[in-house]
Parts: sequence; C-alpha cells; structure tokens
Amino acid sequence: MSPRLRWRKFVSGFMLTMTGVCALVAVSVLFFILGYLVYHGGTSISWNFFTKLPAPVGESGGGMANAILGSAKLLLIASLFGVPIGFFGAVYLAEFSGSTTAFVVRYAADLLNGVPSIVIGIFAYSLVVLPFKHFSTLAGGFALGLMMIPITLRSTEEFLRAVPRALREASMALGASKWKTIVSIIVPAAYRGILTAVLLAFARVAGETAPLLFTAFGNRFWSPGWNQPTASLPVMIFTYAIAPYDDWHRQAWAAGLVLLGLILVTNIVARAILSRGIAVPRS
Amino acid sequence: MHASVRQAVSVNIPPIVASATARETAAALSMRMTISKVNFFYGSKQTLFDISMGIATSKVTALIGPSGCGKSTLLRTLNRMHETVRAVRLEGEILLDGQNILAQDVTSLRRRVGMVFQRPNPFPKSIFDNVAYGLRINGSKTPISEAVEKSLRHAALWDEVKDHLHKSAYELSGGQQQRLCIARALAVEPEVLLLDEPCSALDPISTAKIEELLVQLKDLCTIVIVTHNMQQAARVSDFTAFLLTGQLIEFSPTPQLFTTPSDPRTEAYITGRFG
Repeated sequence: MSPRLRWRKFVSGFMLTMTGVCALVAVSVLFFILGYLVYHGGTSISWNFFTKLPAPVGESGGGMANAILGSAKLLLIASLFGVPIGFFGAVYLAEFSGSTTAFVVRYAADLLNGVPSIVIGIFAYSLVVLPFKHFSTLAGGFALGLMMIPITLRSTEEFLRAVPRALREASMALGASKWKTIVSIIVPAAYRGILTAVLLAFARVAGETAPLLFTAFGNRFWSPGWNQPTASLPVMIFTYAIAPYDDWHRQAWAAGLVLLGLILVTNIVARAILSRGIAVPRS
Repeated sequence: MHASVRQAVSVNIPPIVASATARETAAALSMRMTISKVNFFYGSKQTLFDISMGIATSKVTALIGPSGCGKSTLLRTLNRMHETVRAVRLEGEILLDGQNILAQDVTSLRRRVGMVFQRPNPFPKSIFDNVAYGLRINGSKTPISEAVEKSLRHAALWDEVKDHLHKSAYELSGGQQQRLCIARALAVEPEVLLLDEPCSALDPISTAKIEELLVQLKDLCTIVIVTHNMQQAARVSDFTAFLLTGQLIEFSPTPQLFTTPSDPRTEAYITGRFG
C-alpha cells in the first residue's frame, strides 16, 4: 500500500468515526434527557398528581390537576387561533399569490418565528391583558397561537407546493375549478405533512413558559371559564423548580414528565389517524 | 416528384393544402375541432407558427415530431391546459363543434375535451374514487357506480380491478394506472380525448394494450395523440400531423404520410435521418 493510499484510508476512517460519534452524541443527549425525566418524574408521579390541586406551602402531597387542564385549555385556544390563520395563509401563498407577495409574507413569517417568545408575551400582554385589566387563559392562548402561525404557515406551504403538478393538471383537465382542485386533491394529498407541521407547532408551544408568565400568569386553584388567570404545566415547572422545597422539586419533575407524555400521546393519536388514507408515493 | 420541386411546393403552399388527398378526405369527414392560424408564445419566444388543421370526428389524429417541436404545446391548447402556465400567449382560433373554445368557460370546455398525461397520474384515492372524481365535481345525475363500471370497461380495466375497487390506485401497475387515467377521463363522457405521449412511461405489453384500446375508443370519442414513437402513430392513427420547430410540415392520412410523404423533411424524419 502506498503511503498516499494509507493516508486516504486513515482520513476516510477518521471522518467516518467522527460523524458516527457526533450522531451518537446527538441521540444520546435526547435519551439522557428522557431517561432523567422518566427516572425523576416517574418516582414522583401519583394518581393525586392528576386529580388534586396544589397543596399549600408546607403541606406535602397535592397535585397539578389545574395546571394540566390549564395547559390543555391554553393549547386549545392557541390551536384554534394559530392553525387556521397559518393554514389558510399558506394556501394563499402556495396557490394564488405572486412571487413577490409570497416572498414578503414568507420573510415576515420567518422573522415572526425568530421573535423571542418573551417578546411575544409582552405583545400579548399589552394587546390583551392591559385592555381587559387582568391575566387570562385567552391572553395566554393568544400568545401561544401567535407563535404557532409562522411554523404552521411555512411548513404547510412547503407541503402544498410539494404536491406534484401532475395531480393538479389531472384535476383541472377533468373540468375542476382551481378552488375544487385545492379542496379535493391538493390539500388531501398534503394533509399528512400539514398535520405533522401542526403537531410540531403544537409541541413547540406546549412547552413555552416565557409568553405565559404575564399573560396566563398562574393560579393555585381552578380557573373557571376563559377569562381568569390560569395555571399551566410549564409555568408550574418553573415556579416549583426554583422553590426551596424538595417536595416541589419532585412535583416539577412529575410535571415535566406529564407535559412530555401529553405531547407524545397527541403525536401518536394524530399519527394513527394519519396512517389511514392513501399517501402520494415519492417519485 | 423531384426533390427540389417537392421543396418548392412545401415552401410556397401552406402545409394543410400541400396534401391534396388530405384535403379531399377531410372534406368528406365532419370536423370535431378546427385549429386555424394558431401562434403560441412562451414569454417572447414563439413556439408554434401559424398552425392550421382539422381534427376529424371519431378518428385518431396523431401529432408526431422530434422533441421540442411543439406537439405537446399544440395538444395542450386544445383544452386550454396551456393556461395553467404563466406568461404564455395564444393567437388564432380553435373551434370545437363550430364554437371558439377560447371564448368559452374553461371548466365546461375541459369536461368536453379530456386529457391523459405522459406519466400515469392517479389521485391518491381509491380506484373507484379516481374514476368517480370527474362525475362528482360535475354533479353528474347518472348513478356514480354504474358510470364508474362503464368507464372502467371502456378502458379495458374492469376485469382486473372489479374485486378491489376500493384499494389505492397506487397499488396498480404503471400500465393499469394509465388505463385508470383513461377511465377517469372517459367517465365524464368527453367528445374529444387528448393523450400526451400516454405510453412513454410504459413497458411494451402495457403499450400494446393501450394502443388496442385507443382503436376501440374511436366509437366513443375523437382522439388526438401526441407520440414520438412513429410506429405507434402508424399503428393507431387515421391522420398524422408532422411538426418541426413549431411548424406544421405535413398533415395527411396516416398511410399516405408514412408511405408517400410529400415533404422531404417528413421523409427524412420517418426514415430516421434525424429526431
């Protein structure tokens, strides 16, 4: 073997090992976090956690039922507000707008995506909380919904654009209007991707804490209706984790695990729905 | 005829008149569509030059020519699919049953002039729903399942799929998918069926099936097929138009065009000297 060839083989082997190790590190960080969460959360979780209100300071026990429901309500408002705007905006961008409009809107969406979540919180605070003069589920949901818009919009647009031109032509050639083609061919062909995008947006905002701090605020009791401050899992985690009580730390771990579990369950359910129906094969 | 004389004839006389036999034969037939003086532009680039020809009712008309000659473009103007692309312009007149299609509502025109594309493009739906699609969007009054069966029979696909109509269309082979696309187009009972190189993505056996089918379909509708396979044009068509760089060089009954072409360029093309 010539020295040159030996050197090449060495470089090849070295690079292969390095990329492999990096991939391993990336995966193991994820599994480390998951394992840590399951270990600490799993030992602290109990039936009470899901059914009881937080216990007063000094008393042990109690749960986060109000925060679980609060998070669900916040995410419901956020999805009802953010997903339709993102989705229909994407339909317009992908199917109707000229390239300049599309560029401007896409750019704006990317900027919005990059806005720090605390700034979104301030925005929702001054737009919803100040006029109504109190913190509320609505304000928190609004803040989270704002964050869902750009993620939903950008990915939905990508998936709509990825629908093969041949399918559009087939539909148009049968005398379908553009509107009919979008509703009955393009969106159904892209809906798996779109749903995945919505889930990503959902999972992303489910764990957001900063925009909730001064919109949904927090609450140690149930929050009836939509117009009261509400507890939420991320804010509870934040509050409990920085408190000086061991019991609270354990509750924070449990809350983290529950939050992760909620996202996971949503994901699995949505994917089960997705697996029905017919996918466009990749060509 | 001497080559130079032939050259002179084709230069001085518009192509459609160049073939006296084509004109006579055409006069005896009724014309489903008439293309007159069509010019086509992609942006500032002209791709069709002054095309005039007729599409005879219940016959197969083939458009042949080398890649880029404008045969697909010409085909797509017949149901105005060219309008789905931006920055194109069409001049001239195209008549369907004596009415200018450019002045009609485009969706009802495409119901009357169906299209099958180069690659099979079934919808991500079941076999049944693929065929039913056109009927549903057009609010058809005939019972859908009967119409679906009829179309699948016309497309010679019924026997192969009747037991699994609700399976995904993608589970069919390429040739079956293309026949499904033909069934889908036939379901709305078009007067004219346009086929844009329908066999170019298929194996020889599937191709043979589709060619056989086209000959049978003549009774149902008028057919225009684009192909760059000359043998295919010779096998399935009654009339053949030869296009070259956006110009209609020759338009004659198929046997005549392939045996005694009147233009030297046609002869050069069909004998395989270029293209």
